[in-house]
Amino acid sequence: MSSAVASQRPKPAWRPKPSIRNPFLRYGLLIGSLTYLYLAFVTIDVNWNRVVLGLERSQVVFAGFLRPDFVSRWQFIQSGVLESLTMTVVATVLGVALSIPFAFGAARNIAPLPVYLFCRAVIAVSRSLQEIVIAIIFVVMVGFGPLAGVLTLAFASIGFLGKLLAEDIEDIEPTQLEAIRATGGSWSQSMAFGVVPQIMPRFVGLSVYRLDINFRESAVIGIVGAGGIGGALNTAIARYEFGTTAAIIIVIVALVYLGEYASGVIRQKVQ
Amino acid sequence: MKDGTKVWQRRDRRASLNVYFAYLIAAVVFLIAFRYISGQTTWLFVWDAPEQAADLISRMFPPRWSYAERLWRPLWDTINIATLGTVIAMVVSIPVAFMAARNTTPHPIARQIAMIIIVFTRSVNSLIWALLLVSIIGPGVLAGVIAIGIRAIGFCTKLLYEAIEEVSPRPIEALTASGASGAQVIAYGITPQVLPAIAGIILYRWDINIRSSTVVGLVGAGGIGIQLNASINALQWSQVTVIFVMIVALVLAAEWVSAKVRGAIQ
Amino acid sequence: MALIGPSGAGKSTLIRCVNRLVEPTKGSVRLKELELTRLSKRQLRIARRRIGMIFQEFALVDRLSVMENVLSGQLGYVGFWQSWFRRFPVPTVNHAFELLERVGIADQMDKRADQLSGGQRQRVGIARALLQEPEIILVDEPTASLDPKTSRSVMRLLIELADERGLAAIINIHDVVLAKQFVERIVGLRDGLIVFDGSPEELTEAKLTEIYGEEDWSLPKKRAQASDDHDDDSDETESDPAHVARVVARGASGERA
Repeated sequence: MSSAVASQRPKPAWRPKPSIRNPFLRYGLLIGSLTYLYLAFVTIDVNWNRVVLGLERSQVVFAGFLRPDFVSRWQFIQSGVLESLTMTVVATVLGVALSIPFAFGAARNIAPLPVYLFCRAVIAVSRSLQEIVIAIIFVVMVGFGPLAGVLTLAFASIGFLGKLLAEDIEDIEPTQLEAIRATGGSWSQSMAFGVVPQIMPRFVGLSVYRLDINFRESAVIGIVGAGGIGGALNTAIARYEFGTTAAIIIVIVALVYLGEYASGVIRQKVQ
Repeated sequence: MKDGTKVWQRRDRRASLNVYFAYLIAAVVFLIAFRYISGQTTWLFVWDAPEQAADLISRMFPPRWSYAERLWRPLWDTINIATLGTVIAMVVSIPVAFMAARNTTPHPIARQIAMIIIVFTRSVNSLIWALLLVSIIGPGVLAGVIAIGIRAIGFCTKLLYEAIEEVSPRPIEALTASGASGAQVIAYGITPQVLPAIAGIILYRWDINIRSSTVVGLVGAGGIGIQLNASINALQWSQVTVIFVMIVALVLAAEWVSAKVRGAIQ
Repeated sequence: MALIGPSGAGKSTLIRCVNRLVEPTKGSVRLKELELTRLSKRQLRIARRRIGMIFQEFALVDRLSVMENVLSGQLGYVGFWQSWFRRFPVPTVNHAFELLERVGIADQMDKRADQLSGGQRQRVGIARALLQEPEIILVDEPTASLDPKTSRSVMRLLIELADERGLAAIINIHDVVLAKQFVERIVGLRDGLIVFDGSPEELTEAKLTEIYGEEDWSLPKKRAQASDDHDDDSDETESDPAHVARVVARGASGERA
């Protein structure tokens, strides 16, 4: 094509092609989103008087945050942190240990149907309910204190690790499993040599990750009495002691940060 | 071996010792921790637990289905808390992520500020923010939206800045070579590359936010958690069951929607 | 002008020193009368508009369409919001249309860049560089990621375009045969120093050895005998680079047949 021909053609304006080709879908989504946002905003019940009042109060809060008070309630902070840490350790070990049978039971390529359905149901419930709700139930069952917290976090870990582990097990190369079986190994041997080596590295990584998550959760479930620093935090906020509140939050942030750093190092070493 | 024959061991001596010590330390730590918790536990209550559990279950069933008609509005509130929280978070996350990414940050100090924002908003659970906000601006959905939003900022910003740092540098080089300004390079070279990541992050976080939004009401921050709190305080366990069913259904539905949309975008 | 030399000789670095993608540590780089090494960031951006660059691995924005990629060559000339909303000036868009036709991919205009073949992508890169209306183009290994036939057509296109528009071109290329066929001046680099600067005719085997080091430029014995069977002019020496070029070309076209 010569440029003479090109210059004779009428010059069309150029617009970039839209990413959603179907105009109905495109405009439908746009209108739908705008409608939803409008409805959502309109139906939010905000007590603006209270908010304005609150903004004045927030100055007190910020003042408290700028001068974190580690001293006045140090006993409570200390015991709370200790509780959180111990809860995390025990709950993670328990959760990791228990998640293994549940994961095997929830893997379609290994478990018989009724076992599969049962394990999947338990995992689904564990994952849909937030830790704090599970904490409430355990508090009712075993009373206030860190034991309820341990059970809560262990149950939550089962759901988290169990699902991911089950997916890993379902993803394994069936040929590797067959090879072990073909050598005449028993069921448990084919598990140990065929399944475990494939899922082990990721499982260790996930367990360490769950350790982190459990610590973060352990700081919260104390609000409903399941032990840990959440209880002290709840009390501090209820008493408007924002200096202590700030101190506790800073401690939590620091520990989470340390924990993440340490878990990163461990995961690198293991993998 | 002493007579010279070769023996196969999975790990050499040193590695074996390391693994052994690691397990030993882990076991010791576990036992100490367990002992401590045991000390804090009123074991009387624990032995009671099966009875309590049986009692609880009997009170939870049959569920009081009639209660469900009072839950639709709180359910709508819960969805809004999650969605609006996600929207607010993304609006804040995008600029902060560009500040935090090594290849787009305007200044090392800006990067440090962005990293501090990320660390702070990531480490604290949204329930704690909710507790604090209810104390300040009072109970209601607004406290929930802000609390969910704050936690989401940390999550989204971290994932987003990692995606920005991973873009292919070649088109960036080409655009710079043709004389485009820094902002244009970001708009033309980086943004198209991170758009899929942005979409994925939004959907992922929305899914998580739905779960978190179901419980912020426990501390007064709006949504179905308020009903849950009220029912538990009044010991109306058959209502609690209905609320649980609703929550599980909502979470599963949200997960399905999220997976479907992510599939459609790919 | 073609730039040849072994890997690590500094060809890529040299080319990138021209538009200061790599900062030269000493010396001067002049575009006509403008001393490029002393420009501020803003002045450098303006100067870069006059220098087009074409890359080995095409360096296109994969998710954007061909047209958007070509238009991005003019980013240096339009404001930020204009470019964000893709409102490029009409003459620019028309020029882009022309270029797309000239390089032969006008029908791919709205396709996403990652849906194109290697040769097509390189043409987009060429169109993008030319849209800048540069005075010189820097070409970094344009054919390294392409098959032999596409390499030739891309090189031919480049040289034709440079001739048409009176553009200077510095072409970093590892394929000596292609270089000798298409350019007027060859510069050989070795270990960061210029060891050859002359016309393709002056690039004898001895000079090649100087640039690339000891190497048997003849064909392996076996294949030379086979080509002797097919070849009429079997009295040519095996080490004649022109002979090599013919056999390579025959081999390439033989595969196509």
